[in-house]
Amino acid sequence: MAGDHIIDLKHVSKRYGDKVVLDDINLYIRKGEFVTLLGPSGCGKTTTLRMIAGFLAPDEGEILLDGKDISGIPPHKRPFNTVFQRYALFPHLDVYENIAFGLKLKKVPADEIEKRVKRVLKLVSMSDYEDRDVESLSGGQQQRVAIARALVNQPKILLLDEPLAALDLKMRKDMQIELKEMHKKLGITFIYVTHDQEEALTLSDTIVVMNEGRIQQIGTPIDIYNEPVNCFVADFIGESNILKGRMMHDRRVAFIKHEFDCVDEGFGEDVPVDVVVRPEDIYFTTDPARCQFKATVNSCVFKGVHYEMWVDTDTGYELMIQDYDPYEVGSEVMLYIDPDDIQVMHKERTRNVLEGKMVDETHVEMIGGVFECLPQAGLSAGDAVEVETTFEAVDLLDHQEDGVVSGEVHFLLYKGDHYHLTILTDDGYHLWVDTNDIWDKGDLVGVNIAPKDLKISRKNEA
Amino acid sequence: MKRSHWSIPYVVFLTIFVVLPLVLILVYAFQDGSGHFTFSNITKFFSDSDALGTFAVSIEVAIENTLICILLGYPAAWILANKELNRSAVTIVLFIMPMWINALMRTLATAELFNVFGITLGKGTLLFGMVYDYLPFMIYPIYNVLNKMDKSYAEAAQDLGATPWEVFWKVTVPLSMPGVSSGILMVFMPTVSTFAISEFLTNNKIKLFGTIIQENINSSMWNYGAALALIMLIIIGITTLFSDERKEAEGGLV
Repeated sequence: MAGDHIIDLKHVSKRYGDKVVLDDINLYIRKGEFVTLLGPSGCGKTTTLRMIAGFLAPDEGEILLDGKDISGIPPHKRPFNTVFQRYALFPHLDVYENIAFGLKLKKVPADEIEKRVKRVLKLVSMSDYEDRDVESLSGGQQQRVAIARALVNQPKILLLDEPLAALDLKMRKDMQIELKEMHKKLGITFIYVTHDQEEALTLSDTIVVMNEGRIQQIGTPIDIYNEPVNCFVADFIGESNILKGRMMHDRRVAFIKHEFDCVDEGFGEDVPVDVVVRPEDIYFTTDPARCQFKATVNSCVFKGVHYEMWVDTDTGYELMIQDYDPYEVGSEVMLYIDPDDIQVMHKERTRNVLEGKMVDETHVEMIGGVFECLPQAGLSAGDAVEVETTFEAVDLLDHQEDGVVSGEVHFLLYKGDHYHLTILTDDGYHLWVDTNDIWDKGDLVGVNIAPKDLKISRKNEA
Repeated sequence: MKRSHWSIPYVVFLTIFVVLPLVLILVYAFQDGSGHFTFSNITKFFSDSDALGTFAVSIEVAIENTLICILLGYPAAWILANKELNRSAVTIVLFIMPMWINALMRTLATAELFNVFGITLGKGTLLFGMVYDYLPFMIYPIYNVLNKMDKSYAEAAQDLGATPWEVFWKVTVPLSMPGVSSGILMVFMPTVSTFAISEFLTNNKIKLFGTIIQENINSSMWNYGAALALIMLIIIGITTLFSDERKEAEGGLV
C-alpha cells in the first residue's frame, strides 16, 4: 500500500435488511486530498461517510486509517470531525460554547480554548458572533459555526455531509470558494458528500461517482467530465448527448447514421458502443468542407452565458447544442465534431439476459411472472433456462395490471431518437428497454414481452 | 355567518365552567358570612397555624412526589424513546394505560392492597400512591421531547469526542429540559391540591392543602374555603409563570 493513503476502504459492503446500500466499495484517499463522494440520493454516499465517521459499521470489509483497521474504534475516539447536513449546532449553547464543546471534553486549558476558538472564528469570518444564540443566526452563519466547531479540534480529516445543501445559490457559491481556500490553507484531508455535480467539479481534487451502492468512476473533475466511463456518469455530470453507436475500427465510430473520426482505440471492429458528445462540443460551420452533417434548428433558448439549442439531424436524431451565438429556429445548419470531443464507451449490455424456468412447453417463468413463449422443443417443465430479449422487444403498458409483471421506471436516458429505460420490477429485477414513448422516472408500468421475442436456451450447467 | 360566531359555544362553555367559578371564588373569598366585604378570610389563613402547617406539608409532599417522579420517570422515558432498547409501541401504551382508569378507583385499589399486605398507612403509602398516580404525567412529556429530539445532536457530540455518558449529560439532558418542566407542571400542581389520595391512603392522618379546602367547603364554611382555594390558585399561577420562562416550544404534552 502506498504510504500517502490516509483512508482505505476495502471491500466494504452494507445491507439494511434485504436492501444492499453499499456493494463492495474499494477506495483510497490520499493525505491532504479534497475528495468528493458524488451521486443521486440513495446511492450510498452518506452511508460511506457515516462509516468513516464511525456512526455505522460495515457488514463486510474494513476501513483503514493510516493502514490500521479502525472498525472497532467508536466515533468519539476517531480523529475526524463532521460538518452535518443540518449543522446540528447545540441549541442550548451559544456560538462560543458550541465551538469550545470538543476542546472542553478534552480538558484543554481555558486560555488555550479561548485562543483556539478565536482563531477558528476568524478563519470562518465570524469573529463578532461569540456570544450569539445559535438559533438567531442565518443558515450561512450557522454553517460557518458548524465548520468552526469541527475545525477547532484540528482533525486529521474533515467530513462534510452535504454542508451547503440548505443554502441559497449565491451563498453556496461563496461558501464553495471559502471551503476551497480553507482546504488549501489548512492542508488537511476533506471528504465531501454532495449530489450537486457542479459543486463536486468546482471543489474536488478527486471525485468518486456513486450509484446504487457502487462506485461508478473515480477521477479528477476533468477526467470525469471529459471521459465518463458509462452512461450514468455521462448523464449525471453535466449535460450530454448520449447516443447509440458502432465502433467501425480503431479511431472511427458511427453514430446518428454518420461516421466520425475519433481518438479511441482497442474496442475491436464493428462493435456496438455508446457515444457521449457534450453539447458545447458540437460546432456550427459555414464551410461545406468542414461540415460533417446537417441539421435543422428546432428550439433555441438563452441560458445566460450561452444559448441552448435542440437540432434535428438530417438522419432523424435530436441533439442538444450549446453555443455563444443563437441560430434561428427552422434554419438549416452545418455541424461538425472534433475527434477529441467524441467519448466512446463500452456498452454495459446489448440485450436483456434473464434467468428463468420452463413451466410447460409454451410458458416460461422469469422475473417474477409467467410469460408465454413459442413452443420449445427439447425443453420440459422445470428446466432452468436463459432467456434473451432485445431492448426494443419489451412492451411497457400504462396500467400495471395489464402486464405480466409490473415495475417502475428507475432511470432513463434520451439517446437522440429514443429513450433507454431501466425498469425495476416489483420483485427487484432490472429490465432494460428502448422505447419511443415518453415516460418519467418513477412511472409505474406493466411489462409484457411478445412470445416471438423471447429467445430461450437451456441454461449451461456450470 | 361570520367565522367568529363559531366560537360562541366555547365562549359560553368557558364562561359557565371556568370564568364564573373563578369569579365566585374571588367573591366568596372576600366576603364574610353575611355578605360584607372583608379581608379576614385571607388574614385568618396566615394566623391559622394548622392551615399553615398543612400548607407546608402539602408543598413538601408535592416536592418529594415531583422529585421521585423525575428520578423514576426520566430513565423510563429515555428507555422508551430509545429505538434500540424499545422496539415496540406496546411498552409505551403499557406505561400510559393506568391513565385510562379513574384515579379514584386506582387509589382505592392501592389502599386495599396495603390493607391486604398489612402495611400501615402513613407518609410512605401516601407517596407511593401519589407516584403511582402521577408518574405517567411525568414520563409522557419527557418521552415526547426525547422521541422528537434530532439524533444528529447526539451524533455531533460523539463526533466532537463525547463518550456516551458525556453525550447524555451535556446534550440529551439539557435539550430535554422542556419536557421535564412540562412534567413538573403536570405533577406538582395537582399534588398540591389533591385530597382523595391522602384521605384513602393515610386515613386522613396526613392532611394536605386540598383536604382542608374540602373540609371547609363540606362544613359550609364557603368563605374561608374560597379564600384557601384562591391562595392555592395564586401559588399554582406562580409555578406556571416560573416554568414558562423555559422554552416551552417543544415541550408539548400530547
